Amino acid sequence: MYAFDFERPSTVADAVAALSAEDAQALSGGQTLIPTLKQRLASPSKLVSLGGIAELQGITSDGDAVTIGAGTTHAAVAADGSIPALSALAGNIGDPAVRNRGTIGGSLANNDPAACYPSAALGLGATIVTNAREIVADDFFQGLFTTALDEGEIITAVRFPKPQAANYQKFEQPASRFALVGVFVAKGADGVRVAVTGASEDGVFRWSEAEAALGSNFSAGALDGMAPPADGMISDLHGSAAYRANLVGVMTRRAVAAAG
Amino acid sequence: MSQIHVITTINGDETEFLCEAQETLLDVLRDHLDLTGSKEGCGTGDCGACSVIVDGRLVCACLMLAGEAEGRSVETIEGMADGDDLHPLQQKFLEMAALQCGVCTPGILVATKNLLERNPNPTEEEVRYWLAGNLCRCTGYDKIIRAVMDTAADMRGAA
Repeated sequence: MYAFDFERPSTVADAVAALSAEDAQALSGGQTLIPTLKQRLASPSKLVSLGGIAELQGITSDGDAVTIGAGTTHAAVAADGSIPALSALAGNIGDPAVRNRGTIGGSLANNDPAACYPSAALGLGATIVTNAREIVADDFFQGLFTTALDEGEIITAVRFPKPQAANYQKFEQPASRFALVGVFVAKGADGVRVAVTGASEDGVFRWSEAEAALGSNFSAGALDGMAPPADGMISDLHGSAAYRANLVGVMTRRAVAAAG
Repeated sequence: MSQIHVITTINGDETEFLCEAQETLLDVLRDHLDLTGSKEGCGTGDCGACSVIVDGRLVCACLMLAGEAEGRSVETIEGMADGDDLHPLQQKFLEMAALQCGVCTPGILVATKNLLERNPNPTEEEVRYWLAGNLCRCTGYDKIIRAVMDTAADMRGAA
């Protein structure tokens, strides 16, 4: 790692102030950032740890929505159960050590194209709450490792509407346990949403043809023979673009069947 | 770049240290505190050889900055035996030869001790999933899993 300064504020306001320094970088669970620093792929002047900020912790459930503090670990979300599909997703990220450090805010801010959480946020139609504003998931994800967050803006919480039915199906890349293809399907008051991670070169996306088909007939059979086009899908040693496109169809049907 | 002063608890003892911002908890354990039981395998959170417990939670010490240990309680492999009395998992690993080269063993012992504290009666599948983050390139895992299952049964019998 290149040398950097380190601050550990106890409030969001202090963290925002600390992040105003040039090339300062927020540190949440560090399960992606620390390896990145070790490989010298990033050289922040200062790391601002969000780990000591109590207001970023915790899960509250009130009627129609579940609000999760950005610093809440995957393990805590897995243990919660307010939205079973979301807890199941969190409980299958990485391994126990990753789940005990990694946080929902860190995962969403990083927007790794193969991460699980972006599909849940987009699939459930979540709202990303920051120190400055609220951003709906449809506007938040803007391509590979890119989000609507401004420089120095911190996610403070994520608000998920409770779905009528939802399920996440992940086809794991077995070494990393990232999604080779992951599909989050949710049926809510505003219709059906299908969010796909791991597959596209542009990161998480909504599969609108499947949403339309499922809107009138919420069953796996409504998607018989359907798959998104292979154009723009990731092609690497783990799977070709055509393979991933086909997997999207398969995993979506499985998610719908499991969501019931 | 000034040094960071950290006060933490390690294996029950209050411990103070000074570290650089970019040093990990694993760097401090091994290089400053002479607790070399935790190993650095990959250094990127994939292998689990540096597994330690922080506030009751299994973590990779290589992916946690030492500055983040302020006010925390850290347990390492060095705190697992009670004096000369090995933890039942350590004793069972010896009896059942659940190790070969031994580099992964401290991490696997720390991880499985944490598992049995949370779940005294895990299924084999639960043990295997729990150890998803602990790689062993010698044993093929079979003896490890059997030793953990056997220890869990013994500990339940003794309780």
